[in-house]
Amino acid sequence: MKSLLIDCCGLSCPEPVLRARKAMLESGAKEVKVKVNTTVARDNVSRAAVSLGWKVNVEFVEEDDCYLLTLVK
Amino acid sequence: MEKMKERTFLIIAGIIAGLVSVLLVLQGNPANMGFCIACFLRDVAGGLGLHRAAVVQYIRPEIIGLVLGSFAGAFYFREYRSTGGSSTVLRFFLGALMMMGALIFLGCPWRMLLRLAGGDLNALVAFPGYIFGIWVGTLFLKKGYSLGVAVQQPAPNGAAGPFFFVVLLVLVIAAPAFIFFSTEGPASMRAPLAFSLITGLLVGVLAQRARLCTMGAFRDIILFKDFYLFAGIAALFLMATAGNLVTGNFNLGFAGQPVAHTQAIWNFLGMGIVGFAAVLAGGCPLRQLILTGEGNSDAAATTLGMIMGAAFMHNFGLAASGQGVPAAGQVTVAIVWALLLIIAFTATRSAVKNVRSGFKTGHKKETPMA
Repeated sequence: MKSLLIDCCGLSCPEPVLRARKAMLESGAKEVKVKVNTTVARDNVSRAAVSLGWKVNVEFVEEDDCYLLTLVK
Repeated sequence: MEKMKERTFLIIAGIIAGLVSVLLVLQGNPANMGFCIACFLRDVAGGLGLHRAAVVQYIRPEIIGLVLGSFAGAFYFREYRSTGGSSTVLRFFLGALMMMGALIFLGCPWRMLLRLAGGDLNALVAFPGYIFGIWVGTLFLKKGYSLGVAVQQPAPNGAAGPFFFVVLLVLVIAAPAFIFFSTEGPASMRAPLAFSLITGLLVGVLAQRARLCTMGAFRDIILFKDFYLFAGIAALFLMATAGNLVTGNFNLGFAGQPVAHTQAIWNFLGMGIVGFAAVLAGGCPLRQLILTGEGNSDAAATTLGMIMGAAFMHNFGLAASGQGVPAAGQVTVAIVWALLLIIAFTATRSAVKNVRSGFKTGHKKETPMA
């Protein structure tokens, strides 16, 4: 299964959403992992994924101080 | 369910912001200017003597409240972080340019909505201009426009922005002789200090929690057909309109509107600048203040840029007034549009180049996994 990791830490909105959407819509991957480090980006990317009908799993990665979102088609 | 709750909260925040805008006018603020980030930052610039337009000088407590309210909300919910380093100086200038456009129209996007809610049809001309500016900005976003990543910064960076507003608070309360308070004109019209400050704090907390943004609302519709943020803005507008109708502050028409002019083309192009610059800077003037409160030193730079832009416009006689936009101000509009296009083109080009080469300044490469 093709999977993709996008690191969006430090990027301000709407860039994380743009990149996540692009990955979901154009890469053909069934699973996209997105790293973000703000709650705003976490919520916005989650909302974008849900609106495209993808499932979202959020975990907080302590050592990186960031959220790892796993988006599954 | 979670999503429903979020949206409800955003709508409530919009309603309260709209209501507060109407109440502030009843309490003494200029008509259709219960709240206006651009006007109030311009007044702050005047209050500090950075420009000497005698009618627009006052350290507006609403502005202070917004930043400190956001700080309180972010701090309490553990979202306060000292971050920055994403094209800081460029953002300073984007803030200045955004303000220059706002002072051609005479208002930030929030006041555009309030003017519309008060029946000022000039704002109806500016509104498509604002959307047009945002649309131009989204073209660059789609092409890969980026200002690069922000990083965690030493604590004083994040604190400097909110601290600046604490200093302003001390100044407006102590009112020492060396600051400037208008005795006539728009800035002489003001709600009582405590009322202004408390409503500012309230809206600051709500806007921080709800991520209220007058640019994001339309940007997300254009980019993603996502109407989420729009709900907050719509609620603000409807509440303000209802409030104006009830209190008799609704006057439909073009001519004789408070602190406004009727030159359609400049209203359109001025607000277009605000929309375009807001996309490039990642937030409308309100959002920049809220981010400043959250410890974002890039947004603090944008805010300081807005103050400088206001000083520039008034020192050199470029800002619009009730009489219209001076000739030099019209030339300024053309120059600002050109500068924004140059910034957008060059930043997009270098961001795209950096993504391709996986350059480490933050334009991060996508890595395929297993």
